[in-house]
Amino acid sequence: MEAVDHSHWSLLLGRLWWDAIPTEPIVLATFVVVALGGAALLAGLTYFKLWGYLWKEWFTSVDHKKIGIMYMVLGLVMFLRGFADAVMMRIQQSIAFNGNEGYLNAHHYDQIFTAHGVIMIFFVAMPFVTGLMNYIVPLQIGARDVSFPFLNNFSFWMTTAGAVLVMMSLFVGEFAQTGWLAYPPLSNFAYSPWVGVDYYIWALQIAGVGTLLSGVNLIATIVKMRAPGMTMMRMPIFTWTSLCTNVLIVAAFPVLTAVMTMLTVDRYLGFNFFTNDFGGSPMMYVNLIWIWGHPEVYILILPLFGVFSEVTSTFCGKRLFGYSSMVYATLVITILSYLVWLHHFFTMGSGASVNSFFGITTMVISIPTGAKLFNWLFTMYRGRIRYELPMMWTVAFMLTFVVGGMTGVLLAVPPADFVLHNSLFLIAHFHNVIIGGVLFGIFAAINYWWPKAFGFKLNEFWGKVSFWLWIPGFWFAFMPLYILGLMGVTRRMRVFDDPSLQPFFIVAAFGAFLVALGIAAMLVQFAVSIWKREELKDETGDPWDGRTLEWSTSSPPPEYNFAFTPIVHDIDAWDDMKRCGVQRPTSGFRPIHMPKGTGAGAILAGLSLVLGFAMIWYIWWLAALSFAGVIGYAIAHTFNYKRDYHIPVETVIETEAARDRQLAAAGA
Amino acid sequence: MNATTMQSSPEASAVEITAAFYDLNEHDHPEGGSTMLGFWIYLMSDCLIFAMLFAAYGVLGGSFAAGPGPKDLFELPLVALNTAMLLFSSITYGFAMLAMEKDRVGQTQIWLLVTAVFGAAFLAIELYEFAHLIHEGATPMRSGFLTAFFSLVGTHGLHVTFGLVWLFTLVAQIAKKGLIPANKRRLMCLSLFWHFLDVIWIGVFTFVYLMGML
Amino acid sequence: MRSPESPPSPRLLSALARVPVARTAAALALTGALSACNSVVLDPAGDVAQQQGDLVVISTVLMLLIIVPVMALTIFFAWRYRASNKEATYEPDWDHSTQLELVIWAAPLLIIICLGALTWVATHLLDPYRTIGRIDAQTAVAHDAEPLEVEVVALDWKWLFIYPQQGIATVNELVLPTNRPLQFKITSSSVMNSFYVPAMAGQIYAMPGMETRLHAVMNETGDFVGLSANYSGAGFSNMRFATHSVTGADFTRWADGVKAGGKDSAGTLDRATYLQLEKPSEKNPVARYASVDADLYGAILDMCVEPGKMCMSEMMAIDARGGLGKAGIRNVEMLAYDKYGRRASAEANANPDAAARRELAWVRALCKQEPGKAPENTVKAPASLRSLTGAGLSAPQSVAFDQNDDAPARPLLISRN
Repeated sequence: MEAVDHSHWSLLLGRLWWDAIPTEPIVLATFVVVALGGAALLAGLTYFKLWGYLWKEWFTSVDHKKIGIMYMVLGLVMFLRGFADAVMMRIQQSIAFNGNEGYLNAHHYDQIFTAHGVIMIFFVAMPFVTGLMNYIVPLQIGARDVSFPFLNNFSFWMTTAGAVLVMMSLFVGEFAQTGWLAYPPLSNFAYSPWVGVDYYIWALQIAGVGTLLSGVNLIATIVKMRAPGMTMMRMPIFTWTSLCTNVLIVAAFPVLTAVMTMLTVDRYLGFNFFTNDFGGSPMMYVNLIWIWGHPEVYILILPLFGVFSEVTSTFCGKRLFGYSSMVYATLVITILSYLVWLHHFFTMGSGASVNSFFGITTMVISIPTGAKLFNWLFTMYRGRIRYELPMMWTVAFMLTFVVGGMTGVLLAVPPADFVLHNSLFLIAHFHNVIIGGVLFGIFAAINYWWPKAFGFKLNEFWGKVSFWLWIPGFWFAFMPLYILGLMGVTRRMRVFDDPSLQPFFIVAAFGAFLVALGIAAMLVQFAVSIWKREELKDETGDPWDGRTLEWSTSSPPPEYNFAFTPIVHDIDAWDDMKRCGVQRPTSGFRPIHMPKGTGAGAILAGLSLVLGFAMIWYIWWLAALSFAGVIGYAIAHTFNYKRDYHIPVETVIETEAARDRQLAAAGA
Repeated sequence: MNATTMQSSPEASAVEITAAFYDLNEHDHPEGGSTMLGFWIYLMSDCLIFAMLFAAYGVLGGSFAAGPGPKDLFELPLVALNTAMLLFSSITYGFAMLAMEKDRVGQTQIWLLVTAVFGAAFLAIELYEFAHLIHEGATPMRSGFLTAFFSLVGTHGLHVTFGLVWLFTLVAQIAKKGLIPANKRRLMCLSLFWHFLDVIWIGVFTFVYLMGML
Repeated sequence: MRSPESPPSPRLLSALARVPVARTAAALALTGALSACNSVVLDPAGDVAQQQGDLVVISTVLMLLIIVPVMALTIFFAWRYRASNKEATYEPDWDHSTQLELVIWAAPLLIIICLGALTWVATHLLDPYRTIGRIDAQTAVAHDAEPLEVEVVALDWKWLFIYPQQGIATVNELVLPTNRPLQFKITSSSVMNSFYVPAMAGQIYAMPGMETRLHAVMNETGDFVGLSANYSGAGFSNMRFATHSVTGADFTRWADGVKAGGKDSAGTLDRATYLQLEKPSEKNPVARYASVDADLYGAILDMCVEPGKMCMSEMMAIDARGGLGKAGIRNVEMLAYDKYGRRASAEANANPDAAARRELAWVRALCKQEPGKAPENTVKAPASLRSLTGAGLSAPQSVAFDQNDDAPARPLLISRN
């Protein structure tokens, strides 16, 4: 590939110049499609005069439920982008044999696999997980909102700003060509001088602020805002796993912030943290980034373990087996996740004793994880299992995840890792746990809580179509990669010599095709369900015979969640209430104290986005201006003391009366 | 309470059951009940950023790249003076908090401003030190050691700068609104922040300066 | 039974791998497809990779002991306790059983204890920094066996192999004699790569300014593929090299041929040639150098191939003494390797200005310019492997399964820097 000279710089536009518009035809075509689609969307919003509604009711809302839904939408949109990257890689790898260069050049392909990883972890899995926790946790603990509602809104917009930067890099400049963790020296200025890595840094840095603050927020919420009677050991298991996840977030994301800052000063100011010369240490980056990176894996999976626990217990019509051992298992995983980071680079040449230590600690994590699996198993034992979609995803998870877990422990044996590290076996392993664990969990959660969020169930037929496309699609896509890994094929390859590998890649591409159909079926499921929402309506607020507090209120819940705060006497608080035949209180309502919406979060995040963009392109005047804007606006915002209001008692009475009528109509 | 105990007392009326399961006489929760906890958690995460910088200093602290080391560069008396400034500012912040407890607006503000003077002095001395080093050629670009040194100490300095901006904002807010609960809460948060920076500085002083010189 | 001189061998590993049941189960687990395809990881040509592959199989079998029952139970419970099956017992409040809890924590624990012990032993036995003790399962390394040394340099985007004993070098071609211990010293010129010949042994990173080690042996002749397993930039996909495993005699003949030069020879690999070779390029054809500067590898490792650069080892020695003080503060040109861009200094160096010339003089006065002072960090294969047979486990390096060796167990704790 010929080197393009990007050394142009001007005072007004920094490095931004015409050469920033990509000339690769695929990107250009995507650009045109996205631009047209985006223009159509914006025109539609304008035509139907939806801007005011969106701004007032959604963008500036501090309601944890709306923010949760916005997170899920962000995750879904970015999921489609990340999956498109995956499909492009699968196609490239299935044709680039026998001297065929495929259809992607190195510059494009290397951006795709980097973007795929970054997007799927930071802008798909994280928003999905954060969105779920945001929506469900306050409802499960009988609270009316989170501890810091404004921060919640701000966190969402910071995450979105990061996602916007990543999307922008597709059409303005380039994204990093370094792999998703951007190891120096490759990611340092000498080898990646243009904007790719800077996009990476600023997207992660801005989104990271959002993630960290939402972590602080949810910990405070869970610790401080539980309903009376809900002791720690009566918290629903999803709340427990959320608590541990947020502890992990707060204890891991600062490490990412620090290491990204170090890379930033290396690149921008010529510091020597990770340089080859002048006494820098690239190995320090690898250590630091994995000290964040490994807990991150558990940040993603723990809440979904919670989801599977809730789903299993609900659809088996049975108390969760081994609640306390489940809690302790979660805590053990939380702590151990900090003691295993080195297993990501056994091949760096640490001594055998160091390698064995980290290998064994990694294996030890499989013990609490195994205990969790047995707990779900014995929850099913002597249950009455209803195979609704969430339960189907849960069983699929149990059967898929054990295989991923097994290959994970295998990779934790250092000598085995020497032959499998960076191979497609490793790729198959982590997709096996992240798709089989995190994504299946997200799908279970979406099907499970959708009726709560929107007041109607999801269409079952299309859900099953999606399910039965996804499961074989997944195995078709990743089984060949396991085999290829054992054939000594490593990751991030753009072209291959050995033609005997091609059939495996074609099978994998076929799997990706099935998954694509599965995703399409899921989108159809959403559309059909919205179309036929009257038929699928959930009048009771408790469509699955649920066991935790979120099912005790209406679907969707009123803005204030609970007219009266419930008092908890049991782990399965709502099940307990149902068994005791508790009547909803129908009188004695009071005005309810709630936080007020604000546009400050969106504005601050917007300014941060501009700041990030200006820094990426070396537009120093704009960077200074937007930085001053962020600080100035934040200070001005603190002068606003009127951040709450009361929902008048009449509104509460009216809402609750409507709920009475609804319940009566449903025959409850 | 579970189903069995409820069922075993048939005399419990529907109203009583409802009252056992819903808080019918709930009052507004006082605003900001979680603020101190939340801020504390944030501080701990901030502490981790410093932990990373300390770790980086631990790794790179001996990489002088055939350039100067701590013994060639640091001037302990200056740093001791600097440390004294920061410690004094912590004490005067304590006086501000005592005044706040007694609801004395003017006194609180004065002590806050005294704190700001010490804080600014600390920053000025630190900037002087940096300028001096850079003038001599000991820039952060020179070696791994200087990179780690400037980053660690500079990050602390940035925190102090931010604390000063926050402090002046609070002085203005107290002037505007008085010592209302919201402002008191903010003063408590800044207090945590300020003392936290003190603790970090003691780490810097010991780990970087003293151990580098001795 | 093996003779007293028999090599230290992880008999446990190979013994387990030989158990027919284990083999059968593994074959089932890794799907029938694997036997049809060429799984170089499980069926390699070198003894080290073979042991690593066996370990993959053994660990899998160990874990299947628990995975298979779990999956079977999942399917069974999922079927048995379906809502439509009214025959099945339904106990909605059954949520605890101490015995069962003990079992579900203990079962994985036991597996992990076994696997952990296996890991500890195998990790030390197969430490890539450790010289090999055996040629294959039956043959020990002879006392007087001289290992073949190969110095490996990952360049953008090709591989340079220097054979110091033969005084020759190749690009993108690695020729190895069978049944002779191989000792690789590995470094990189610019970014991280990973040196991996799947048929020979597991991979190890190649990092600039640092040296990693790998010890291995080839048991079968044949043509194999070597590659970089760690992404290193635009030309990464084509960083493949041919690996030819040949008999000892063929190897000598080949080496002599390269040394003799001829019209296909690339000539001498000196510092100037290296600086040209080092520039980024892709799909380089095989090149063979009839001779090579003796200290070239050391200079590459020390990042001082260019004249006037201070060698890393010298810089670190100076740092260990406390640096050069303020006197050294402004001499940065001698240290700049790639910080200011991909080896941009090469151009500056060709045409130094007055300031740079002053600095070059300073470096020459300061440093002896003796590259290649990297510390020796090889771990020697232990003379005896007696521990693990009882309580006398002294050091992890000295694990053994051999009873009839009279030499005392020698703990070999060689520090590594």
